[in-house]
Amino acid sequence: MDFQTLWDFVSERRQQLLTDSYLHVSAVVQSVVIAGVIAVLIGIAVYRSPIGSAVATGLASTVLTLPSFALLGLLIPILGLGVAPTVTALVLYGLLPIIRNTIIGLAAVDPAITDAARGVGMNRLRVLGRIELPLAWPSILAGIRVSTQMLMGILAIAAYAKGPGLGNLIFSGLSRVGSPTAVPQALTGTVLIVILALVLDGLLVLLGRFTTSRGLRD
Amino acid sequence: MTDLLPAEEHTGSGVEIVLDDVVKQYAGQADPAVDHVSMTIPAGETVVFVGPSGCGKTTTMRMINRLIEPTSGKITIAGRDTHSIDADRLRRGIGYSIQQAGLFPHLTVAKNVATVPGLVGWDKKRTTERVDEMLDLVGLDPDTYRDRYPRQLSGGQQQRVGVARALAADPPVLLMDEPFGAVDPITRGLLQDELMRLQSDLGKTIVFVTHDFNEAVKIGDRIAVLGNQSHIMQYDTPEAILANPANDMVAGFIGADASLKQLTLARVRDIELAQCPTAYRNGSVAELRRELAEQDAPWGLILDQRDRPLRWVSPEQLATAGSLEDVGDPLGENVSLTSTLQDALEALLMQASASAAVTGRRGEYAGIITIDTLVHALQEVREEHADDHPVDEASAGEPTP
Repeated sequence: MDFQTLWDFVSERRQQLLTDSYLHVSAVVQSVVIAGVIAVLIGIAVYRSPIGSAVATGLASTVLTLPSFALLGLLIPILGLGVAPTVTALVLYGLLPIIRNTIIGLAAVDPAITDAARGVGMNRLRVLGRIELPLAWPSILAGIRVSTQMLMGILAIAAYAKGPGLGNLIFSGLSRVGSPTAVPQALTGTVLIVILALVLDGLLVLLGRFTTSRGLRD
Repeated sequence: MTDLLPAEEHTGSGVEIVLDDVVKQYAGQADPAVDHVSMTIPAGETVVFVGPSGCGKTTTMRMINRLIEPTSGKITIAGRDTHSIDADRLRRGIGYSIQQAGLFPHLTVAKNVATVPGLVGWDKKRTTERVDEMLDLVGLDPDTYRDRYPRQLSGGQQQRVGVARALAADPPVLLMDEPFGAVDPITRGLLQDELMRLQSDLGKTIVFVTHDFNEAVKIGDRIAVLGNQSHIMQYDTPEAILANPANDMVAGFIGADASLKQLTLARVRDIELAQCPTAYRNGSVAELRRELAEQDAPWGLILDQRDRPLRWVSPEQLATAGSLEDVGDPLGENVSLTSTLQDALEALLMQASASAAVTGRRGEYAGIITIDTLVHALQEVREEHADDHPVDEASAGEPTP
């Protein structure tokens, strides 16, 4: 394989590459948003109880130890092929880093600060929404970044369940090893995933800059 | 309307707080943390809860704004049972300031101070004005500090913002839990002075928790010395507690320097000053010598034309002097009528004459102060409180009128 072959492949399949990239990023972003909402809610529910925190983190860790290939395979009989098993798997995998960081972030809030918030007359919900979550946000966001990176890679496997994204390129490339476009196809898919993952991470760093109080930044 | 916060036309000056047989029993503990405490905190006074660590003084204070719910007993503020008021609304009417200020680190100074006005729904303009007014009040320039974040402030400044936040909605009651515990001694002294100045303007009812007896003596109108389980050992004015501690524990807590502490409480204007012979600088040497001899006084004072003391002069010095213009020893430390007796003691210890000249508001001679004057003053305070009965449990809650 030489550079020319790779280039020809990319320029010929430009339209499909763009579509696949878009679908890949879109699936990951949507899964992270869903995972984020669920994980933060779980984190809020358990962070005050050491046992609850341990159980939630333990369960989420267990999900992470399942090989993604196996999880997808197990989901196909239940949810069929395509988007449903893919998003389900991604959400399950994305939970752990966000749950863990939500718990850590909320538990790290100085008790004197929440005490002061209660003392000036904020109810539980206000303390959570105005004080604890903003203070835990940098930690939660760090969890979201880890999840996003992880899901970018895991989504490639989802092509096995006919999921969307760049995994299809890699799968079909690898299944035709020997044919002239096989390696460029797999390589293009892989490199694109890496590049998009870095871009997405950069965007999340920017998001962090805009959404974290100046009082919390160094 | 069940809020404690003042309506528009009222000022939030202090109201009475009554604790009636209050108990806090934590599940799984043999002894209650707070055991049948009753006391009356008079409107507009600063009452300091002082006692060793873990004696329940903070628990007692936190039951007033229901951060901790009493197991039994009743607490009323301005005659209203706190239990009949929604806890969050109750707290908005009670200023709350804690150690290390408990400022919200992600909010600016202005937003921190505006917390309670925001919760009770003031409009933006009124809140903004109030924030500036509060920052001014605690000695922080609004233009400089309004938009800073807590981490950009020193410990003392953070405490000031904490006090400004507690006072922002003009609550009649202020609870302060070791608010100056985490700052250096010099800053602490300044903050105490500021609090006393604020309080003399605002007249809030302040409940102040500390384990530092000196702090209690300095800022308290009354001190409640608390023992284990928040038992009230003595509840009285600082003067009375220093002059006549109710029991050994209180005496131990005061420390060995009760008399020295007593000196910080009284001001020179409160005691009877001694007098000594005086003469104007252009007066007659012979006349002053005669007066000194007549009164058998070791020292006389030379004054200028506006009655301000200039120098000490002894009979020996006068014996060889031609005029009063430049004879005698310099005056040294100045003591004014508003100085504390401790300042006066410091000044007279520095003088060869073992006495200090006291001056009035315009610097005019008002009398002199000597060791004898101080000893006499302390004796009077002790005699005044000698008849105070050492308080027993049953009557401990009633402040002596």
